[in-house]
Amino acid sequence: MSCPAIRISGVAKRFGAVRALDGIDLDIAQGEFFGLLGPNGAGKTTLISSMSGLARADAGSIEVMGHDVQSNYRAARRLLGVVPQELVFDPFFSVRETLRIQSGYFGIRKNDDWIDEILHNLDLTSKADANMRMLSGGMKRRVLVAQALVHKPPVIVLDEPTAGVDVELRQTLWRFIRRLNAEGHTVVLTTHYLEEAEALCGRIAMLKQGRIVALDTTANLLRRFSAHTLHLRLAPGDELPVSLAVRAQRNEDRWSLPFEHYADIEPVLAVLREGGCTLEDMEIDKLDLEDVFVKVMQA
Amino acid sequence: MTSFWTLFQKEVLRFWKVGFQTVAAPVLTAMLYLLIFSHVLESHVRVHDVPYTAFLVPGLVMMSVLQNAFANSSSSLIQSKVTGSIVFVLLPPISYRAFGAAYVLAAVMRGVVVGLGVLAATSLFAPSLQFAAPLWIVLFALMGGAMLGTLGVIAGIWADKFDQLAAFQNFLIMPLTFLSGVFYSIHSLPPFWQMVSHFNPVFYMIDGFRFGFFGVSDVSPWRSLVVSAGCLAALAAFTLALLKRGYKLRN
Repeated sequence: MSCPAIRISGVAKRFGAVRALDGIDLDIAQGEFFGLLGPNGAGKTTLISSMSGLARADAGSIEVMGHDVQSNYRAARRLLGVVPQELVFDPFFSVRETLRIQSGYFGIRKNDDWIDEILHNLDLTSKADANMRMLSGGMKRRVLVAQALVHKPPVIVLDEPTAGVDVELRQTLWRFIRRLNAEGHTVVLTTHYLEEAEALCGRIAMLKQGRIVALDTTANLLRRFSAHTLHLRLAPGDELPVSLAVRAQRNEDRWSLPFEHYADIEPVLAVLREGGCTLEDMEIDKLDLEDVFVKVMQA
Repeated sequence: MTSFWTLFQKEVLRFWKVGFQTVAAPVLTAMLYLLIFSHVLESHVRVHDVPYTAFLVPGLVMMSVLQNAFANSSSSLIQSKVTGSIVFVLLPPISYRAFGAAYVLAAVMRGVVVGLGVLAATSLFAPSLQFAAPLWIVLFALMGGAMLGTLGVIAGIWADKFDQLAAFQNFLIMPLTFLSGVFYSIHSLPPFWQMVSHFNPVFYMIDGFRFGFFGVSDVSPWRSLVVSAGCLAALAAFTLALLKRGYKLRN
């Protein structure tokens, strides 16, 4: 059995009196597209920093593809590509120089073929010889992603990569990252755009005050919170049958009924038909990850 | 090894791309020192039986090597710390030894480039300049650059803000270099200040360097070599300890 892409065991980190991470245990399997969600200050970036060697955990251990990030840090870092949250750049160099230098840091001398491919996939080819200072914020963000990928890392960590960037970049970025994930790269994503996490991530961990408060597949997390709501509006004068009314909420002329599976809708309609009710309008309200996130954080 | 060379090349490119500021400006400054001091003192002062202008040249060259070596490593580190681009060198698998060595070697490179520029420019005004023992010149130039480059790494790691680095530079590096015998022989000082000068490691760098030009010095070049090498070894060990711990870098 292959080792997990990332294994986090009992990791704790304090900043003064603040417990940024409070005993995190988490395994992320190879090939997963994993979401790390949480409000600001939940500990997501601290956890990523501890994984990547930008910070040192006070307790516990982290392994990347079986290599401890402290005792075997060079092997661990070689396997990890991190896109930092902050929009940072080196103003002395062009995009291509930046990527060549970053390749060299990872021990790769001649990397122009792969650099060209990254530039193409991130729509950066026309900016290859532009100085970093001359790029827009979105373009700089693309270069940050490119820098994290120069060494073809099997594990890619994206710390809020789409914060404040336009739709075009998001689509370009996700197309490329999905392709890399399909090719076997493990992807760990933190984002505040929960629709992105819902669409992309197969499994999600939610962090709150340095602890994991929910960890499951995205589908299970959505299912866990009693799923959907059926909204009904009946013809004037019609009353909802008692068997339905006991579990429904009324808002003026609209009735709302919670249900779990789409198969539960037909029995409701059958009861309405038997009761002689005329349906004027029907709407299904699907619970999304944002609702789940809010419920988990309020719990 | 590739990561070390890449970091070294990047650090060299960094100062070379702004060479007007990092190389030409210090050469001009040293020229001005030479022109002013030699104009005032040339006809009045001889040191170790050497005309003052010629005596001054090695001091100015070494001062430029030292100050620019310090400026290179310290400014690169503080700049990348403040802007956040330090992550680009912290995320890759660069060992702490390679990290320190690349910054120091690039600092030596800038110090030597500026030093050669100052030597080329100032030697035009000092026809009596000699090169009595060139190996000592090379040895002390490299060692001086490495020592101040290492000190620059320490300052760059320690400082969180540009003004802290400026304080380090103005209140430690400048007095150490200016009061080290660049402009005078310590034999011209009162006994107390002569004794104080012997506690300044930069004095030994400049004195040994000057020995390479004229074959005369305030103290034996071997003594200067031992003191300089000892200081360099101690600073290098301290720097490696900081880098290994990730002090102010990995937190």
